[in-house]
Amino acid sequence: MDYISSTGQYFIMIKDTFKRFTKGSVLRNLIIQEMNDLTVRSLGIVVFISFFIGAVVTIQTALNLNNPFIPKSLIGFAARQSIILEFSPTFVSIIMAGKVGSYITSSIGTMRVTEQIDALEIMGINSLNYLVFPKVVAMMFYPFVIAISMFVGILGAYAAGVFGGFVDGDLFLRGLQEDFVTFQLVYAFIKTIIFAFILATVPSFHGYYMKGGSLEVGKASTTSFVWTSVIIIVCNYIITQLLLS
Amino acid sequence: MIKVENLHKSFDDLDVLKGISTTFEKGQTNLIIGQSGSGKTVFLKCMLGLFTPEEGYICFGSESYEELTPKKRRELRKQIGMVFQGGALFDSMTVEENVMFPLRMFAKATKSEMLDRVNEVLKRVNLTNANHKFPSEISGGMQKRVSIARAIVNRPKYLFCDEPNSGLDPRTATVIDNLIQEITHEFEITTVINTHDMNSVFEIGEKIVYLEGGHLAWEGNKDLIHKTNNKTVTDFVYSSNLFRKVRVAQQKGY
Repeated sequence: MDYISSTGQYFIMIKDTFKRFTKGSVLRNLIIQEMNDLTVRSLGIVVFISFFIGAVVTIQTALNLNNPFIPKSLIGFAARQSIILEFSPTFVSIIMAGKVGSYITSSIGTMRVTEQIDALEIMGINSLNYLVFPKVVAMMFYPFVIAISMFVGILGAYAAGVFGGFVDGDLFLRGLQEDFVTFQLVYAFIKTIIFAFILATVPSFHGYYMKGGSLEVGKASTTSFVWTSVIIIVCNYIITQLLLS
Repeated sequence: MIKVENLHKSFDDLDVLKGISTTFEKGQTNLIIGQSGSGKTVFLKCMLGLFTPEEGYICFGSESYEELTPKKRRELRKQIGMVFQGGALFDSMTVEENVMFPLRMFAKATKSEMLDRVNEVLKRVNLTNANHKFPSEISGGMQKRVSIARAIVNRPKYLFCDEPNSGLDPRTATVIDNLIQEITHEFEITTVINTHDMNSVFEIGEKIVYLEGGHLAWEGNKDLIHKTNNKTVTDFVYSSNLFRKVRVAQQKGY
């Protein structure tokens, strides 16, 4: 019963986020600030993880290709497919649920505990619009982060494959271009945008409606990470079923 | 003026406010006192519109809050200033930005006009040279002053304070009490203060409302509270040894 009521409350929150807009000049500054906090500051970790996962995917694929009838170009093909279709959009989003999601929940939760949200409401400000809307807009730039992740992931795959002596550079690049379907990129970015919305709103929900003190802020951050990850994975399945099958 | 009539509020099966009726006059400091759990905070939050009462009404001036349209409610909220127990200052903003916040949101003024107004109120609360400090860099007493400055920067008609001197040393607490009283008289504000502090009761209690178990058990002022024979009130007010001895001395004519 609690899950149903929380789901309803989440959708009411979404509706209220897009009502009674904060003054434009204030909102503009908040959006720029959130873009910096949520996307730009995540680039370092995304680039680092993407490069090494791309490299590991290549090594794993190469080590499992024992059959001489399977061309080595498959290594490039496998790296491209796994990075573009799943690793960058889905697994980077789960990593971001830990980084960005926890940040959002704890910052909004702390504002709740220290009555800063009450202060906004008493001033006649729509606190949901003030706090959540800039995060939603800022996260619409998240696909750029994923595009960088894809590029760096493939770069890592190339570096590990070629410099590790697993595959010839030309063969890798041929595999990378083989059977390329543009729609797969469209699919990847469609789900990235949906995950961006989930990453902005689910942690905000957990922070905004939390009750208690500082201990509960920590608990809310953990719960928010779990739920954001679960929702991303379920949505990933649904989107894949709808767009690719 | 704020008029409260037959206010009821409950949470699940727990009745917190059980029919409170009173009036808080303009230009005076109105204190709500009572033991922990007596319903003071819920009463304050009902007046602030953060809780919706099940029964009864609250009038700001001649207008009942319940009957106001959402737009008029938002307009009314702009006339309300609030000083929170913990200050509720925005951590990511400096003192100046915190005080300027309501102006940035609602005032149609240039930045220099807003800055002038901010400096004026900071001077009024005796807080100069702290404009560029963050809340974490200033003392509790200074945070309370910033909170007061933010509450009055929009020249509100109504000022609500939730335990404004909790966690402060007695001297700073008195300074804050006097500051609130001066501002109330100076700007003709209807001020409602939720407090546990008996010093505040005796210093600035121009009207005192005593709550017990969700009922209004007594109302009067700082002069009448000395003379009351209401046992629950005297037990609460004179619960400390110091105040008890003062009362005994007064009764003996010292």
